[in-house]
Amino acid sequence: MKKVDFLMAGVGGQGTILASNILAEVGLELGYDVKKAEVHGMAQRGGTVESHVRWGEKVYSPVVEQGEVDFLLGFEMLESGRWTAFLKKDSIVIVNRYRIPPPAVNLGKARYPSEEEIESLLRTDSGKVLWVDATEVAKELGNPAMVGVVLLGVLSKQVGGEEDVWLGVIERMVPPKFQDMNKKAFIAGRQIDVA
Amino acid sequence: MKKLMTGNEAIAYGAYLYGVRVGAAYPGTPSTEIMDNFSRYPGVYAEWAPNEKVAMDVGIGAAYAGTRALVSMKHVGVNVAADSLFYVVYTGLKGGLVLISADDPGMHSSQNEQDNRNYAKFAKLPMLEPADSEEAKQFVGMALEMSEAFDTPVMVRTVTRISHSSTPVEMSEEGPPPAPEEPPLYERNAGKFVMVPANARRRHPVIEERIKKLAEYAETLPINRIEPGDDTVGIVAAGATYEYAREVFPQATFLKLGMVYPLPEKLIREFASRVKTVVVIEELDPFFEEQIRLMGIEVRGKDIFPMIGEFSPTLIRQCATAAGLIKGEAAQAEAAATSSAAIDLPIRPPILCPGCGHRGLFYVLREAGVLVLGDIGCYTLGVAPPLSAMHTTGCMGASIGVAHGVDKAKVKDRVVAVLGDSTFFHAGIHPLIDVLYNESTVTTIITDNSVTAMTGHQQHPGTGITLQQKKTKAVDLEKFVQSIGFEKVDVCDPYDLEGLAKVLEEHLESGQPSVIIARRSCVLYTREKRTPPTVDPETCVNCGACLELGCSPLMQAEDYVTIDPILCNGCGLCVQVCPSEAITQE
Repeated sequence: MKKVDFLMAGVGGQGTILASNILAEVGLELGYDVKKAEVHGMAQRGGTVESHVRWGEKVYSPVVEQGEVDFLLGFEMLESGRWTAFLKKDSIVIVNRYRIPPPAVNLGKARYPSEEEIESLLRTDSGKVLWVDATEVAKELGNPAMVGVVLLGVLSKQVGGEEDVWLGVIERMVPPKFQDMNKKAFIAGRQIDVA
Repeated sequence: MKKLMTGNEAIAYGAYLYGVRVGAAYPGTPSTEIMDNFSRYPGVYAEWAPNEKVAMDVGIGAAYAGTRALVSMKHVGVNVAADSLFYVVYTGLKGGLVLISADDPGMHSSQNEQDNRNYAKFAKLPMLEPADSEEAKQFVGMALEMSEAFDTPVMVRTVTRISHSSTPVEMSEEGPPPAPEEPPLYERNAGKFVMVPANARRRHPVIEERIKKLAEYAETLPINRIEPGDDTVGIVAAGATYEYAREVFPQATFLKLGMVYPLPEKLIREFASRVKTVVVIEELDPFFEEQIRLMGIEVRGKDIFPMIGEFSPTLIRQCATAAGLIKGEAAQAEAAATSSAAIDLPIRPPILCPGCGHRGLFYVLREAGVLVLGDIGCYTLGVAPPLSAMHTTGCMGASIGVAHGVDKAKVKDRVVAVLGDSTFFHAGIHPLIDVLYNESTVTTIITDNSVTAMTGHQQHPGTGITLQQKKTKAVDLEKFVQSIGFEKVDVCDPYDLEGLAKVLEEHLESGQPSVIIARRSCVLYTREKRTPPTVDPETCVNCGACLELGCSPLMQAEDYVTIDPILCNGCGLCVQVCPSEAITQE
C-alpha cells in the first residue's frame, strides 16, 4: 500500500475540519492506516488553518513532512500558496478560486498575490495545479459552506476510490437534513472539468 | 471494530470504559473536547467547573468517596489547580483519580509552552504519555488502576498533536463495569485526609517511598519498551515525538516510554548498553535527558534538538541531518523545486469574527485612548491591529489585579480591566473584591458574550445550563457585582458605539471603582445573522474609517470599500463609523 499524504489549507471557519474528517474516514474504508492532525481554538477565528490527513500501510506521524504532500487542497487562494515547502515533484494541487483578504490587505498594508503568482508557487516539475470555483458551485447548490465537499469531489477524481465509498462516508458524517445537499455538492465537484 | 477518534475523544471513551463516574474540567485548548465527550456517555456525571482548581477538588472529592474520577485541563490550567494537586498527592485517595494535562508545544492557542512533565517530578506523582488515540484510551485505564494500587493521583499528559489528531481506536465489545447498587460508604480517616502539619509530616515519607515503588513498577510495565533495530543510534522518545522520530529513523533502536515519570533506570541502562549512541528526542525541556545523564549514562539531546517550539518530522530530520545522525538526502532535496520567485505572502492572524460584540468595545476603548489591561479569551484578539486596544494579557483573571496594581502606581493613564464572562467566573471575582477592599478607581469591563466562546462555546455559571444540558440557576452578573458592594454598575450593548462611549466616559470620570457589563451574545453561538449593509461606491470617499474596525468582510476595492455578504454578519458597526453615510443597512 503506497502512502498518500494530504494537506488542506484554508481560513478558520471555511470547513476544513469536516472535509478532513471525511477524507480520513474514506482512507479507513479503503483499508489504510489513517492519521489526521489539525489545530482548534484560537486559530479558528479567521486565521490560517491547516489539516493533515495521512493514509498508509502504517502511519506514525499525524503531521505530514515537508516535501511529501501528494495532494494539497486549497480552500482559499492565498492560503494555498503557503505550503510550497510541503510539495514534492509530482504533487497535485487543487485551488479554490476564492479570496478572503487578510487584515493587512484590507488596510492597504499588503498586497494580495495574483492568480499567476500563486500558481507559480504551486507549480512543480511533473505535478498539476487545478483551479476550481468551488465556492461558486457550493453557493449555487444553496450553501457556500459546502465548499469543502465540492473540493473533495474534485479530489476524489484524482485520488480514485469508488464514488460510493466517498458518498457513504459523507452520508455518515453529515447530519440527515444536509445529506442530500452535500452528496449533490460532492457529485458536482466530481463533475467539474479541471483539464 | 476500529473507529477514528481524536486523542481527546479516546481519553473520554477510556474514562467511560474503565468506570469513571465523575468528571470535572474547565475548558481550555487543547483539552476541551475531553470533558465535552465524556459528558455524553450514559450513567456518568460531568461538569464544567468555574476553574481548574475547583475541578480538581471536585475530582478529589469523588475519589475520596471511592468513585473513579477524571479531571482534565490545559497545561496552564494545572497551574491553577496545582495547590489541590499537591495536597492530594499527600493524602492519596480511594477511587482512582486521573488528571489529564493537555500541553501545547508551539503555543497554538496558549500564553506559554510550559512542559508539564515537570509537575510529575515536582508534585511527586506518576505520569503517563500516550503516542496515539489507542494508547490514550488504554493509558486512562492503566492510570486508574495505578492510582488505586499505589494510592496516588496519576497524571496523563497529552500534547496538541495527540489531543487533536485522529487515529484508529479499537472499540470494546463490553461496556463499562456496572454501577454500584449501593451508594458508596464514605470512610472517615482524618489521619490520612486532614493535612495538618503533624499528619502531613507522617505522609511525606510515604510519598517518597511510593515514588520509589512506582519506579520499580515502571521497569516491568509493558508500555515502556525497547524496540530493537540498528545499534548505531538508540532513540529515547515518548508521545507525539516518538511518532515523528519513527518517521525519520525507521531502522533505529527505540526506547519508547509510555510512563514518563518515574523513569525505569534498569531498562534505560540495558537500552544504553545495546546501542552506540543514546539520543533523547523530546519537545520542550530536557526532562528525560537530565535524569538519564544523572544516571551516569552518556546521552545526547538538546545539543541537537531545540528547547523551543513544537517538533515535527521535518524539524527532527533537519536537526538530525545537521548533527550527522542521518545522511543528508533530506526531504528538502526531494522537495519540489517550484518555480517560485520569492513572493511575500501576507500573514493571516486570527481576528475577531464578523458580528463579534468585542469589536465595538475595543473600537470605543481605542477611541478613548485608555490603558487596557486585558485577559484570556477571544477578546484578547483586541490586541491586533487596527484595533490595537489591549496592552497586557498574562493569564486567566489577571486583568483586574494588574489594573489595580497599575492604578496604585498612580499612572496618569485612565485604566480599565477587560475580561470575558467565563474568565470573570474563572478568576475575576477575587481581584474584583480587591479593587473594592483596597480602594482603587479601576473600571472593570466584563465583555459578556454569554458563553465560553474561544474554546468552542461551553456553558459556564452565568448561562443557566450545565455541561450535561440541565437547566440550573444562572449567576446574575449585575446582581453579583452589586451585592459585593459596587455602586456604579451599567449594562451596555457594544453594538451601540455612541451609547457605550458615553457610559465609559461617565465611569472613567466618576472617580470610583465601577463595573461595565458590555453584553452581546456570541454570533457564532446564537447563529444570528442580520442583513449585511451595502456600500454605495459613488458616496464612499475611501477614507478608511470603516476599515479601522478590522472586520474581514470590509474589503478595499479600487477606490471604494465593499462588503462581502457571505462573510458579513450584519452588526452594523461600519454603518455607525462611516462619516459620509455611504454604508446603509436595511
